[in-house]
Formats: sequence, structure tokens, C-alpha cells
Amino acid sequence: MRLAKNYFADERRDDLNEIGQGRPRADVPGHVTAKTTYFADRNFPGMLHLKMVRSPHHHARIRSIDTSEAEKHPGVVRVLTAKDVPHNTYTILILIQIGPEDEHVLAEDKVRWKGEAVVAVLAETERAAQEAAAKVKVDYEVLPAVLDMEAALKPGAPLVNEHHGQNYYMYDSGACRKVRFGDVEKGFAEADHILEQTYSSSPIEQAPMETTGCIAVPDGNDRFTCYTNTQAMFFTLDNTSIILQMPGSQLHLVGGTAGGGFGGKVDVIVEPIAILAAKLTGRPVSFIYSRHEEMQISSPRAAETITIKDGVMKDGRIVARYVKGYTDAGAYSRHSPYGAQKGAAHYPGPYTIPNVWADTYCVYTNRTPSSAMRGFGVTIADFALEVQMDKLARLIGMDPLEFRFINAYRDGDMKAHRQTTEGAALIECMQEAARAANWPVAEKYFALSSHPREG
Amino acid sequence: MAKVPVQFSLNGSEKAEFVDSGATLLAVLRGKAGDTSPKGGCHQGTCGACSVLIDGELRLSCLTLAETCEGAEITTTAGLAEAGVLHPLQRAFMDGFAAQCGFCTPGMLMAAKALLDRTPNPTREDVVEAISGNVCRCTGYEPIIQAILAAARANSHNAA
Ligand code: FES
Ligand code: FES
Repeated sequence: MRLAKNYFADERRDDLNEIGQGRPRADVPGHVTAKTTYFADRNFPGMLHLKMVRSPHHHARIRSIDTSEAEKHPGVVRVLTAKDVPHNTYTILILIQIGPEDEHVLAEDKVRWKGEAVVAVLAETERAAQEAAAKVKVDYEVLPAVLDMEAALKPGAPLVNEHHGQNYYMYDSGACRKVRFGDVEKGFAEADHILEQTYSSSPIEQAPMETTGCIAVPDGNDRFTCYTNTQAMFFTLDNTSIILQMPGSQLHLVGGTAGGGFGGKVDVIVEPIAILAAKLTGRPVSFIYSRHEEMQISSPRAAETITIKDGVMKDGRIVARYVKGYTDAGAYSRHSPYGAQKGAAHYPGPYTIPNVWADTYCVYTNRTPSSAMRGFGVTIADFALEVQMDKLARLIGMDPLEFRFINAYRDGDMKAHRQTTEGAALIECMQEAARAANWPVAEKYFALSSHPREG
Repeated sequence: MAKVPVQFSLNGSEKAEFVDSGATLLAVLRGKAGDTSPKGGCHQGTCGACSVLIDGELRLSCLTLAETCEGAEITTTAGLAEAGVLHPLQRAFMDGFAAQCGFCTPGMLMAAKALLDRTPNPTREDVVEAISGNVCRCTGYEPIIQAILAAARANSHNAA
């Protein structure tokens, strides 16, 4: 690796021990010898297997649940429904006061997405659990479903989630997160060109090689050890404590090793029900998603729809940006209100735009709840706004990289969400990229830097 | 359920197990024989994490019935290092950052070993073909391909 020492020379130290060195990963000897212990690499005598009975409908009322046949199936030890869960209605971010509680560990009166957990079956073998799950009878009254954000926001659309009362998240700032900076109308009035485009994305599955799961083991003293591949140990500990109404001192979570996650393992889904099952049966319980469940049930990256309207001058300056962003949370919040909020701050991108107006909405639909995935809230935004940057450059007949040099943020610039830019290095990165790619850029752009503007 | 007796050698040591009829080799290795080095990423033959060598042939242990392994010689990543000395493939995966989360690694190593045992000086195309049944979601395939090629070079260097 080559370090370009001419950049930020006054801030550079050369007595660093790690930066610029190739170091082996600390955990790689364990990986190549297969000694690394993933949660499922443990066997416990008498371990039970948990299988979920899931909703086959996008939206339905549950008229009745009959578990009698399943309970009689050979090998079945216990069947759990909503009434077995001490605090069945929860939401992950309640820990940081982002409510309301809007999701059920096991469905109560309704299911709101195809795949929602309804009944948990515990049996001596995976096969017995699977067979018994197929014998649970749930009588559903199918309800009209909304499967895209536009439909969800139409007046008279079916209500997805009664805990919210409308098909979008109500922020303390109202129906959306807002960024208001400068005067966008004035900016558009001055602009030489205006370009408005809409960008849409589909949900994306993280698809880690190791599926989501855990093993919960009673330790005999009304304490429970849960081996898990969660990416969020303390979220899991605290939410489990709420859901099971059990002090954290009774819960011992062991994790830290995940076979990939990419955000797909930050929700609190498998641990509370597995620990409850271990408590009610007194036996170790394994709850591991099948590959099918990992792909269909675990929360993907949210679908987004983003409209960007920009005012641009012939000389390359963007003078106004107006954004409306919609994040499809699916049926429940999980981490999406937070993801949508991140987008609001992010829409100007790494560019300094004097007039910005952004509204971002977190919308509920009868789709699989979405949640975290690498850079959620900003990655799709970046896709949209960088495509928009290329289109703007083309519109004014300018090289797309030179166009970005003109608009790049610099230290000291005020961002639209009122944070001063610090530690910017976009210009320097683009200079290196232009050199590495032999991209022709006018010499004056190589003279720019991210240091604060003069005057 | 009726149990079926099966004897096989696992990384050189003799094993005798009573297995459920229909149990997969993956389940028996992990749950009974105490070797959790093969991983279950899909249990349906699509990811390669469960790859093992059966009589020197690369096999998916999630699609292999344990009862068909009577008398077989089974090799897994747990048996790759000899007397604590890493196999050149293990060294190369370490040195080349070819394992990130590590979950695909045991399967990758088995696929690579199957290749090098047969083709000591593979081309890049040979390597790509050899690991085409193994999914990795973290590392990226390039460091893995490079590590396998490096291990082959180290091997032929040692042999010379
Ligand atoms: S677990 Fe055998 S191929 Fe995926
Ligand atoms: S290193 Fe994580 S799947 Fe390959």
C-alpha cells in the first residue's frame, strides 16, 4: 500500500506502528484450522429444536389457533403461543426511547406480513418439530394488504399496524424527518437548469453464510446462557430482559463470533423465544433459521424510493437540492425509523449545496420488516445521488469528476443539517482516483484541497 | 427410530457410530463424531460450507447419508494440519487474508485440497472451477483464488 504523504503533510505523523503495515488478522489462525467456535458448534445433551409456524398471508386476522394435533405428534415437548410470552409486544429501539412498541414476538390477533411468527413448536428432533409445525391449524381471515409505499400512503389504504395509527412513522418532528437549509425556492429560481429524477430500490438480503440462530441453555439456577450470533449483544440482552420480564442478571449472552452478518443479525428475534422455551421446558433449546428462513424471514435492507430535484448553474455549481425519500419499513419498525432519519442528514452527499430541503418518511407496508444492512439509510441514498450527479454533469456538458470537484465539501463548510465539515478528504481522494484511472481532469482541480476556503 | 451402525475413519482415527437412518454425514460429524469443522450454511447442497473429502473425493456432507459412509476415509479441515504444522493451504489463507468471518473457510480448504491433490500446479481457471460450488459472502473470491495459487506454488517449491 502506498501512502500519499504530500496530502495533509502538516497533520501527518510518521511514527505510527500499525498504519501502513500489513498485519495478520487476530482470528485467522482459528478460521483456517476450523477451531473458531460459532454458536452452533456446541452440542448439549437433551437439546430441543424450535420451529416456527409462520403466516402464509401478507395480512390477516387470526380467528383461532389449534395446536392439539401438533402437541400429540411424537417427539413434541411443548408448543408456545403469544399468551406464553410475558411481554409480547416490543420494539427494539425502545431502549433509546424510539417507540411505540409495535411488534409481537408471537402473533396475537393479526399477522401483518407473510412469514410472521405465530406458534413455536419444540421437539426432540428438528424433523419432529417440522412435522408438528405443519399440524398447527391457524384459522385466518385474509385482509387486504398493501405491498408498496405508494399504495400505503394513499388515503383509505388498509392500516398496516394499529400501534402506529397511520402507515408511516410519526417522528417528534411530524410525519417525516426534515432538513431545511437556505432558501430552495430562491435557489431554483436562479438555477440555469433543473433536473428532477426518481430512484427506486428493492429490498436486499444480507445473505450471511451462517444463518441467524442461537442456543439457549438453562443453568439450573433460573439463569440462562444463550449462545448467539447476534451482532447486537446489548440490544439483545436488554430487549430479552424486557420481553421475558427477567432481570439481566438472569441472562448470560455469549457471542462475538458470527459467520457473516452485514446488519442482518442486529434485530432481536431468535433469542427471547429460545430463552423462554428453555425456561418453560428446562432444557437446552436450539433455534436456527433454515436457509429459506434466512432469505425470506430475516429483515432485508429496506426498499427505498427517492426523488431528487436539483438546480444547477452552467458553471457547475449546484445551487438548490430538494429531496423526498421514502423507506419501506415493512410491517414493523425495527431499525427503519432510524435508517430513514439518517437519510435526511445524508442527502446533500459529500457536497456543499447552499439551499437544501429534505423530507424522509418511514412507511409501513405488509412486507417483510426491513432493518439494518451495511450503511442502511445512506447506501441507497448514495446510489441515487451519485447517479443524479452524473446526470447533472451530462446536462450541463461537464466532465462528471470535474463537476464533483466543483461541488465537493471542504473543511469548515456548513452542512445542511448544521454540522460543520471536518476531516474532509473527498478532493484528495478524487485527485488520487483521477491519477490512478488516468481520468483527464483539468490541472486546476489538482490544485484544490479540502482545507477551509479562503475568506 | 431404528439406528444404523456405521464405521469410518475420520482424519485417520477410527469411528463407530449408531446413526438415524436418513441422517446426513454433516449431522453425524458435527453432532456425534465431535468434528464441527464442516459448517451447515444451507443444508441443501448450494453453499459448499459442509464440503469434506470422502475417499479423496470432494463431497457435500449435507447431501451425503451417513449410512453410505461405511468403511470410508473421511477428511475434514480439522485434520488438515499435521502434528500442529499447518497445511500450505492454511498458511496461504492466513497470509493472503482469504478468511474474513471464516464460515466458508473449512469448505473452501477442502475444495482446494481436492484440487491440489489431483492437480498440483493448477491454472487460475482450474482454481475458479474447483471452488465454484463454494459460496463466500465476506472475503471476496480473489484473495481465496490467490491463496490457493500461492499454496500450489509453495508446494511445488518444497517438492523441488
Ligand atoms: S450446507 Fe451443504 S452445501 Fe450448504
Ligand atoms: S469468510 Fe465469511 S463467508 Fe467466506
